Amino acid sequence: MNVDRVIQVEGLTKAYGELLAVAAISFEVQEGELFGFLGPNGAGKTTTIRMLTGLARPTSGTARVLGLDIRAQAAQAKRHIGVVPEQSNLYDELSARDNLLFMGKLFGVPRGERRRRAEGLLRMFRLEDRKNSHFAALSRGMKRALTIAAAMVHHPKLLFLDEPTLGLDVAAARSLRALIAGLHDQGVTVFLTTHYLEEAGLLCDRIAILVSGKVVRTGTPAELKRAAEGESVIEVRFGKPVPEARDVFTSRLPGAQVVAMNGHELRILGGDPAQAYRVVFAFSEEKEVAIEAVNTVKPSLEDAFLKITDLSPVAMTQEKGK
Amino acid sequence: MRTYYLKPPAVSWGIVFPITWILAFYLRSPRDFAELVPGLIAMTALFSTTAAEAVVINFELRLGSLERLLLAPIGVPAVFLGKVLGGALFGLIMTAAVALGSILALGLSVNVVYLLMVLIPALLAFSSLGALLCVMVREVFEAQTLLNLPRFLMIFLSGVVYPVSAMPRALQALAKVLPLTYAVDGLRAAFWGPGAAAYVDALVLLGFALAFVVPGMRLLARRFE
Ligand SMILES: Nc1ncnc2c1ncn2[C@@H]1O[C@H](COP(=O)(O)OP(=O)(O)OP(=O)(O)O)[C@@H](O)[C@H]1O
Ligand SMILES: [Mg+2]
Repeated sequence: MNVDRVIQVEGLTKAYGELLAVAAISFEVQEGELFGFLGPNGAGKTTTIRMLTGLARPTSGTARVLGLDIRAQAAQAKRHIGVVPEQSNLYDELSARDNLLFMGKLFGVPRGERRRRAEGLLRMFRLEDRKNSHFAALSRGMKRALTIAAAMVHHPKLLFLDEPTLGLDVAAARSLRALIAGLHDQGVTVFLTTHYLEEAGLLCDRIAILVSGKVVRTGTPAELKRAAEGESVIEVRFGKPVPEARDVFTSRLPGAQVVAMNGHELRILGGDPAQAYRVVFAFSEEKEVAIEAVNTVKPSLEDAFLKITDLSPVAMTQEKGK
Repeated sequence: MRTYYLKPPAVSWGIVFPITWILAFYLRSPRDFAELVPGLIAMTALFSTTAAEAVVINFELRLGSLERLLLAPIGVPAVFLGKVLGGALFGLIMTAAVALGSILALGLSVNVVYLLMVLIPALLAFSSLGALLCVMVREVFEAQTLLNLPRFLMIFLSGVVYPVSAMPRALQALAKVLPLTYAVDGLRAAFWGPGAAAYVDALVLLGFALAFVVPGMRLLARRFE
């Protein structure tokens, strides 16, 4: 079997009635890669993972995981993949350690080995002092970490992570990312979904951007950034919130994309920079609002994302609170 | 995993309910009570297995832990069978306790081989009936409600309280398609003979189990399409 390409997807489609949750996507993931699926709510990230892990049947298209066809050979493929679902769904009444042992048992890991691995994972995920706590009693971050540990008991070659840091505070998310990076360093191929641009940029070797069930662009973070290269990016900060500024700028600056970062900060991408400056100053005089700062900055991954998808990265992260 | 069986719905429907009924019958007519023992054992088997299924299936469906089982190299049929066997085992423990208790208390004599020969297929049939109905709904309380229809229908029509032969003809015909009828009949045979009836009833009960398992597996599989 061809294991260089750990995941090969061609024309994969999932329809729920009229709705195309995933619409003929194609991509490949190489061995050892940390591959990110980036997209807003409802883009089809979870649906894709469910199809690749045998929990949902594709409507059409083909996919091979570890060289195995996901329709015909799902059971065989499952032996070598680990899955961390969107919701941490281990058993509430079992202790951290027992949850790991149970997962080991499900995957047929021999008893002694099972114990050893559980201990090792608890150490690696810094859950040793909580190993006898019921899953229900763990913090969100610990639950997430244990769910990842549970997906690793059978030493999978490929790990699927569905929004691993969703709902975690900054510190917990950071330590979880470090753990994921650690697994990647050990040679595990990782497929993760996220709607945090920053997370994708920090962690991933390659990113596919998914919008409304379609892969709109695939590339390394550097390649994606290049999509916005040569574009001017201007950051403006006003002295007070100006909710109307975005619409005003959009109408006066053809060819530019304007994003409200928060109440009084805006980002203007593309278009004619000289004209953008003029419009900004004119606006400040008309509305009598002070300009605190105007800067021309290098395009970031956010800008590239905006350019590629036409979706405001701010709007996307605002949706995350679920 | 045994913790599941002690969840409140399993306890109330699977344990408290049959015991209450048994006591009620006993208090009403202590003298005829021995007559009712096979029916009550069968009823206990029915309630305990189906209540257990509602918990293991619907709790796990809701929590997503059933899905977790499917991430392992296990197919839907194996997971479904596992649930059926788990429910049957829980039922066996409950039913054995009730059977042993009433046999010892009343000093009845029973053919243990026939008893088990009927009881085990009966537990499997009820457990798979429970599993089939439970995969049709989402919540545990919905499952308990849905389960009550066949439960009460069978209690009144399958000879637990009134002998089937004393019922009107139309109801007798209906009783023939209810698995509890065969469980009661088979258990009576285990207590008082004839043994041949136990063989027939055991086979019919196995048939019921199969008839419930197949569509149950299909329905469960359909949830993961
Ligand atoms: N079982 C289902 N039945 C019907 N529609 C579904 C089902 N599962 C998902 N969908 C729909 O498919 C689309 C994609 O959903 P999916 O969960 O894959 O998105 P996602 O990218 O994971 O989003 P999120 O960031 O919210 O997790 C959504 O419009 C969703 O409503
Ligand atoms: Mg999702």
